[in-house]
Amino acid sequence: MEFTEDQLQRYSRHIILPEVGGRGQAKIINAKVVIIGAGGLGCPVGYYLTAAGVGTIGLIDNDVVEMSNLQRQIAHNVHTIGMLKVESAEKTFKALNPEVNIIAHKVRISKDNIIDLIKDYDIVVDGSDNFPTRYLVNDACVMANKPLVSGAILKFEGQVTTIIPGEGHCYRCLFEEPPPPGLVPSCQEAGVLGVLTGVVGSLQATEVLKLILGKGEPLKGSLLVYDALKTIFRKVKVPKNPNCAVCGENPTITELIDYSEGYCSLP
Amino acid sequence: MENSTPDKKINIKGLVCPHTFVRAKLAIESMEVGQVLEILLDYEEASRSIPKSMEDHGQTVLKVEKINETDWVMVIRKDKD
Repeated sequence: MEFTEDQLQRYSRHIILPEVGGRGQAKIINAKVVIIGAGGLGCPVGYYLTAAGVGTIGLIDNDVVEMSNLQRQIAHNVHTIGMLKVESAEKTFKALNPEVNIIAHKVRISKDNIIDLIKDYDIVVDGSDNFPTRYLVNDACVMANKPLVSGAILKFEGQVTTIIPGEGHCYRCLFEEPPPPGLVPSCQEAGVLGVLTGVVGSLQATEVLKLILGKGEPLKGSLLVYDALKTIFRKVKVPKNPNCAVCGENPTITELIDYSEGYCSLP
Repeated sequence: MENSTPDKKINIKGLVCPHTFVRAKLAIESMEVGQVLEILLDYEEASRSIPKSMEDHGQTVLKVEKINETDWVMVIRKDKD
């Protein structure tokens, strides 16, 4: 592709990388990525993918910005409190890179709309904060054959994994079922060190760019665990479970499941 | 080979790093393996950094020559896609 003068300036540090070059940057510009959640993880993922020049970025969230979000959700600010998170983030991302097409989906994701929401995108990023959504996104990506970069955070610990349907494990190979409501505390109950979202979100954005470029080794077949207190990264192998209920040889889950009942639905 | 006619010529006079290499690299990317690129430039640092980067990227530097008070010409053969 022919780059504009602005694009040559903006993406020069990418273009000079042997693994990226003009062709790689063109792939990034043509890529379509959807991010589920415009919160702690969605903000840094979207921010860096916008900076990288990902051509189309979808954001799915129906929540509004609150003061308590600003300790970690870096796309929002005091002036956007009360605004929909997708609109607040769109404003921030557009200011960084007006060339990027940001699509704000102002909806709560559900088993009835998820397939339709993700169908036009190449890669799905899960930045959600609850188990019902996490399992819904995993199952939908397996069924729709979409690569998924999943991230999670709590207190001082973060996890990242990349799911390529048909090539490696899925989230259910790792944890078959969501934990019962109340067993695992949420961020509101247990807290989270704000900066952790930046570390995990940046790792997710890196995985997305590697998938777009087709370079390096994505975290397929493994789970990366970050312990911020000890400053330790551990990469744990996750084998594909041949008996997995959704991605196994004889799947028993063939329709999407809404686990949200019984869970706190607060963000 | 060194005296053969280049398949492509670019003039990057007036540009500084890293844009000198950005232009040179994009020109190389657009060419076929075995073809030869001639670059005209006037930024001294690039007369050293472009050949080094090109070799790091697997290309062959055939010539780097200062042709007058301000300008350099370099000739690169694309060996790696």
